[in-house]
Amino acid sequence: MRVTPTIRVQAGDFDSAREEALLTQRRRDVGAVVAFTGLCRDENGTLAALELEHYPGMAEEEILRFANEALLRWRLLGLTIIHRYGVIRPGERIVLVVAAARHRGDAFAAAEFLMDYLKTRAPFWKKERRIDGSDSGWVAAKSEDDAAASRWER
Amino acid sequence: MKAIYFAWVRERVGLSEEEITPPREVETVRQLVDWLAARGDGHAAAFANPKTIRAAIDKTHVAPDAPIANAREIAFFPPMTGG
Repeated sequence: MRVTPTIRVQAGDFDSAREEALLTQRRRDVGAVVAFTGLCRDENGTLAALELEHYPGMAEEEILRFANEALLRWRLLGLTIIHRYGVIRPGERIVLVVAAARHRGDAFAAAEFLMDYLKTRAPFWKKERRIDGSDSGWVAAKSEDDAAASRWER
Repeated sequence: MKAIYFAWVRERVGLSEEEITPPREVETVRQLVDWLAARGDGHAAAFANPKTIRAAIDKTHVAPDAPIANAREIAFFPPMTGG
């Protein structure tokens, strides 16, 4: 059966537990669910918020492209990806990937693959706003993230 | 075609989008970056280091040597930092 991924790009918060439950309710064939939630992190007590800018339209399309790639590579029974934009404060949720499968190997691999691609290929940009009111500029892309994504290349 | 800018490219250019009509000899994304850089001080600052600029044509990532002939919308932005 073909799996249709659920993809949302939204300003508002999401409920990780609810999204996970939606993927498994009323079915008996799911043996593994991996849910990854990415949070806004304050490294040294100076971050007021992240401002996430995105490219409307392309963000959804690009996430759908990776989601379909994940569905080709692994045997998944359900897939949900949510990415927020706008002002997000430390401790708040930014991104959710939930992968459901018969077996854990497929669910783990798909979730990790999707997060690596979201970091480097989805059109989102983070700006840091400091507690003292200053903005410390745009978060620079990390070479570790590029390396993490490139290991999935075929 | 419409040019759209994101993150610090948008801030430096001073516009989120603009309608552009590059001359016929501007055929690739790389050539368009050079042409845009000559439009003003903001554009020059945004496009000073083309290696740090990524582009998408009609919402699909493209390489610098991609042709722009049929583009309706071309976006320029820094490396992405989602997730």
